[in-house]
Amino acid sequence: MSEPVRRARRSSRAGRRPRLAVAAATALALGASGCAGWGGGPGGGGPDSINVLMVNNPQMVDLQQLTAAHFTAETGISVNFTVLPENDVRDKISQEFSSQAGQYDVATLSNFEIPIYARSGWVAPLDEYIAADSAFDQADVLGPMTQSLSGDDGQVYGEPFYGESSFLMYRTDVLEAAGLTMPENPTWQEVADIAAAVDGVQPGMAGICLRGQPGWGQVFAPLTTVVNTFGGTWFTEDWEAQVDDAGFVEATEFYVDLVREHGETGAPQAGFTECLNNLIQGNVAMWYDATSAAGSLEAEGSPVKGKIGYVAAPVVETRSSGWLYAWAWSIQQASQKKDNAWRFISWASSREYEELVGEELGWSRVPAGKRASTYENPDYLAEAAAFAEPTVEAIRSADPENPGVQPRPAPGIQFVGIPEFPDLGTRVSQDVSSAIAGRMTVQEALDRGQQLAEDVGERYRERGTG
Amino acid sequence: MSSVTDVAPVPATRTPEGAPRRPRKPRGGLVLGLVAWVIGILFVLPVVWMVLTSFHSEEAAATNPPSLLAPLTLEGYRTFFGVGTGTNPWPSLLNSLTASLVSTLLVLVLAIPAAYALSIRPVRKWTDVMFFFLSTRMLPVVAGILPIYLFAQWSGLLDNIWLLIVLYTSMNLPIAVWMMRSFLAEVPVEILEAAAMDGAGLLRTLRQVVAPIVLPGIAATSLICFIFSWNELLLARTLTGTRALTSPVYLTGFVTSQGLFLAQMCAAAFVVSLPVLVAGFAAQDKLVQGLSLGAVK
Repeated sequence: MSEPVRRARRSSRAGRRPRLAVAAATALALGASGCAGWGGGPGGGGPDSINVLMVNNPQMVDLQQLTAAHFTAETGISVNFTVLPENDVRDKISQEFSSQAGQYDVATLSNFEIPIYARSGWVAPLDEYIAADSAFDQADVLGPMTQSLSGDDGQVYGEPFYGESSFLMYRTDVLEAAGLTMPENPTWQEVADIAAAVDGVQPGMAGICLRGQPGWGQVFAPLTTVVNTFGGTWFTEDWEAQVDDAGFVEATEFYVDLVREHGETGAPQAGFTECLNNLIQGNVAMWYDATSAAGSLEAEGSPVKGKIGYVAAPVVETRSSGWLYAWAWSIQQASQKKDNAWRFISWASSREYEELVGEELGWSRVPAGKRASTYENPDYLAEAAAFAEPTVEAIRSADPENPGVQPRPAPGIQFVGIPEFPDLGTRVSQDVSSAIAGRMTVQEALDRGQQLAEDVGERYRERGTG
Repeated sequence: MSSVTDVAPVPATRTPEGAPRRPRKPRGGLVLGLVAWVIGILFVLPVVWMVLTSFHSEEAAATNPPSLLAPLTLEGYRTFFGVGTGTNPWPSLLNSLTASLVSTLLVLVLAIPAAYALSIRPVRKWTDVMFFFLSTRMLPVVAGILPIYLFAQWSGLLDNIWLLIVLYTSMNLPIAVWMMRSFLAEVPVEILEAAAMDGAGLLRTLRQVVAPIVLPGIAATSLICFIFSWNELLLARTLTGTRALTSPVYLTGFVTSQGLFLAQMCAAAFVVSLPVLVAGFAAQDKLVQGLSLGAVK
């Protein structure tokens, strides 16, 4: 036998062990995944299970932790969660619901999507379930929440898991040391003056944190509320674009100047998480953002616990200017397990679930901002006294139908409730973020934004919708 | 991975007496060595940083400037493995393992005969065939995602690991054919002739002569196919749900827009990277031989 063939045989014998290992690993993977990814078809997972697609926010992480031991133990319905980051979950829900694939029975949708999805028939109306489930107590859900989660036909299409508005958070100790007092209902000019006064009072501390990260849900969430209260709007009632109008320009220039002069380091990349981190670490003295941030600021172990004051969203021309936002549960129209899906929603959005979170995980982690009873609960108030009242007041004063000084063509405070807004808002936000970075002027950014908005407005004018 | 960069792919030479001769160091070897070290450190540093951050608390991980000496904790790993959180990473890890292993085996079963027919016994117009294989990689995956999704929905294959196995096989097959063709082209004709003279048939030649010689090439091809399948995100995110979810999709679930997540994300990324790292280290010798033998020669 030739040498190469002998060598080859030796190699062949030596290679048996790795081949055995590969075969064993494959067999293990095949066997073990028998309970995992094999099989398909919509609504799979057994008759007593439901599939839930949700955003990865801290309140949802708590829900995952409590579901098996409580909901499943009580009802026998197992819940399979898929958890994704916000942008990914929006994409996946849009893909899943628009094709009515039926893979997921329940998904977290916001009050931006629900009226649009309801119009398209992608989500199931919940009125019948609500009427048959007296223990759920729909009347306890805050009015603006129910209103913002209803369709054009007046039916409810989503139940809030937690809701939020926006308010101003500030370091009471820093302002006190500087001899400053924060008004209960500040104007934006007062906030700008305080930001200038406290900017640099401690090493590395900026006056205020405002989002600058591109995205319709990032920089344009707080900025659109500023535009509203400065008298601006994206569109008139007749869908005339107003992005380069005086009110919009003045508000954006004020916002950009404030964040450039007294704002956080790295403002063009700062979103909710970055600003939260900045306030916790003492890098900023104030922050205008979601009321839901208060839970993290006042959580056990937070270095600023007890040092934060909360006042209403700053205003100029309007009486209030806080936004309204909710992550809510909706049932896919194509779901085969709507009854089980409602039982899950009824449990997750209930008063009892809030009490469960309070008792097991702590009252600062309660998914609040949706029920009036939450703000009458002495246990919750004992923990959340600093921000409970400003939060519920901000939500109650929010008016998605009439958030500014002029009539609007579509509902929404920090957004315009049309499917085109994520694309429009994100594209304009990229230029506004560039203006914050100093790469273009606000006027240039908004001139380009006006062209984009005109295209959208024209389509709606042609359709004759308003 | 960077771990293979420090092994010099220089073929060993022998003196007339048979003793191995040390390769002569080229001039400027010190400078080249330094450059190699700097590049190696640049590649390894993010991984080291990720591992260090994974042992920090969320607050310490989010500090700016970064705190190197923050106290160490296993909190990120506890969260990943679902201790007290109600989550379970094992189904997604097993799904990834299944999809990667099975698709890699299928790729090898299909690619080796195809590469044989394109190198050792070339078929007519074999260059056109090679170009055809390459052309299937020219369409971006995202361009085909909608038809694939609609097909999967129509055929009831959404959230089914078999769909991913088929897609990963077709995704990696052209690369594997190209690589294996390069490796098989290196097999000396004399050896094949010798095997034929010894009476070996086609299958026996393939199994006992060709396969052992190109084993490093097969190892390199397998590892690359495994890595591509293991790390694939776009198809998995679009086509899987609760049952066929793979670990890259599970990993992205740690990103949140309302809270701190860096430490648990780093812990998750480290655990998810481990199988590829282990496979890379285990096949290091074969990998270096394979990569220096054919494809990148």
